[in-house]
Amino acid sequence: MTSFAGWQMPLRYASETAEHLAVRRAAGLFDLSHMGEISVTGPDAGAALDYALTGQLSAAPVGRARYTMICAADGGVLDDLVVYRTGPQEFLVIANAANTAVVHEQLRARASGWDAEVRDATGDYALIAIQGPAAASILAPLTEIDLSAMKYYAGAFGSVAGRRAWVARTGYTGEDGFEVFCAPADAAGIWEALAAAGAPAGLIPAGLAARDTLRLEAGMPLYGNELGPDMTPFEAGLGRVVKFDKPGDFVGREALAARAAAGPRRRLVGLTILSRRVARHGYPVLEDGQTSGTVTSGAPSPTLGVPIAMAYLDAGSGADAGSGAGSGAGSGGEDKPDLFVGIRGEAVPANLTDLPFYRRRQ
Amino acid sequence: MSVPAELRYTPEHEWVSVEGTSASIGITEYAAQQLGDVVYVSLPTPGTAVTAGEPCGEVESVKSVSDLYSPVDGEVTEVNTELEDDPSLVNAEPYTAGWMFRVKVGQDSNGEAALPPDLLSPAEYEELTKSAG
Repeated sequence: MTSFAGWQMPLRYASETAEHLAVRRAAGLFDLSHMGEISVTGPDAGAALDYALTGQLSAAPVGRARYTMICAADGGVLDDLVVYRTGPQEFLVIANAANTAVVHEQLRARASGWDAEVRDATGDYALIAIQGPAAASILAPLTEIDLSAMKYYAGAFGSVAGRRAWVARTGYTGEDGFEVFCAPADAAGIWEALAAAGAPAGLIPAGLAARDTLRLEAGMPLYGNELGPDMTPFEAGLGRVVKFDKPGDFVGREALAARAAAGPRRRLVGLTILSRRVARHGYPVLEDGQTSGTVTSGAPSPTLGVPIAMAYLDAGSGADAGSGAGSGAGSGGEDKPDLFVGIRGEAVPANLTDLPFYRRRQ
Repeated sequence: MSVPAELRYTPEHEWVSVEGTSASIGITEYAAQQLGDVVYVSLPTPGTAVTAGEPCGEVESVKSVSDLYSPVDGEVTEVNTELEDDPSLVNAEPYTAGWMFRVKVGQDSNGEAALPPDLLSPAEYEELTKSAG
């Protein structure tokens, strides 16, 4: 167990590697009740979110989800969010646990001129995720919702194991899977039903450590690592979440437009480490003996069997200027690595690798 | 959690097994559990001298990297090359197949292996892990 944003969370149940591989091959069950849920309701709920966030939530149909961000006026990222449109005038905003208070406060302030109510509903929900190629076949017999008709980034109200829930085809693992939002009192029952139904297929409970390596392989950013107030969505390669063509103003528009026009100051890249040593958060990226960037996340990849990392490279650095990513062996050829990572005093070779590191078979 | 009675321990969670003047060293089950899945172990080169309480290698797990400390003074005679191919032995069998390195230690005036006086007994080590939570 570990303390995480004020919650006691399981880092692992047994082996994080086994948990990771279970999600890739069968399914894993995650308790994500620490995530923040903020409800935004009312006639102007969509318009208020259009103003408050980078996305155009008013354009999302009922029953669909959007990945979006909340930025400060200077374009810095305050959090990355999944927003579900649960009704014509109802949205559920999912925030990272450590940012829930900030997101709630900002949404309240930004919605003040609109006919919309913003409420921190975190205490109303437990969140259980079932992720992996077997997730749909495990969940389907426990719900009347037609999962085969549910698209990726869609959701519906229904029941799971006889308990009311919002079930969405979303996740943070790079696999197919579902997230089940339910009343806290119903969480244990739903967890036990899913665990029992999934065990024959190889489902096991999975902790935060596996969640982190899964999302890293999938090239998904983590707030505090790849995202933060000192960078805009464009540095993270996520400029697509900023909808400049939506009507009306939104917080950060001016600064984000300037950033989009000028080009990012840094660029998020994938690295494969040519060693068994792991490049971890905060380690320097080195080119020609000079620091040209910083590792944001790194771990031994259970799927690929080698250490992988994401890193920010300064704009204009050699590896940034080159287009080595994607060539497999990197741009440097057989003998010369694309760059180095400073791992506790040693320059360890690494190659640029296209993100994501892992893509599931469709 | 297992704390074998025939071993000595350090506060840094290494264990020591002494036969004559040869000390075999690894990390405890408690340490392996705290680290999580071990993915790489960097060990000292045979022939090099190690000093009690000084780092002489590294243990990488999925979530973290930790220094490996030598519990004794002496010269490294052998390392567990099996760990190169299968570092998970550290998690699976920390006191047997997951051993890490051997050190030839000096002799005291009685001809016994000269060990640092502050190595912990099994009871003392168990107490330490309990107070660490």
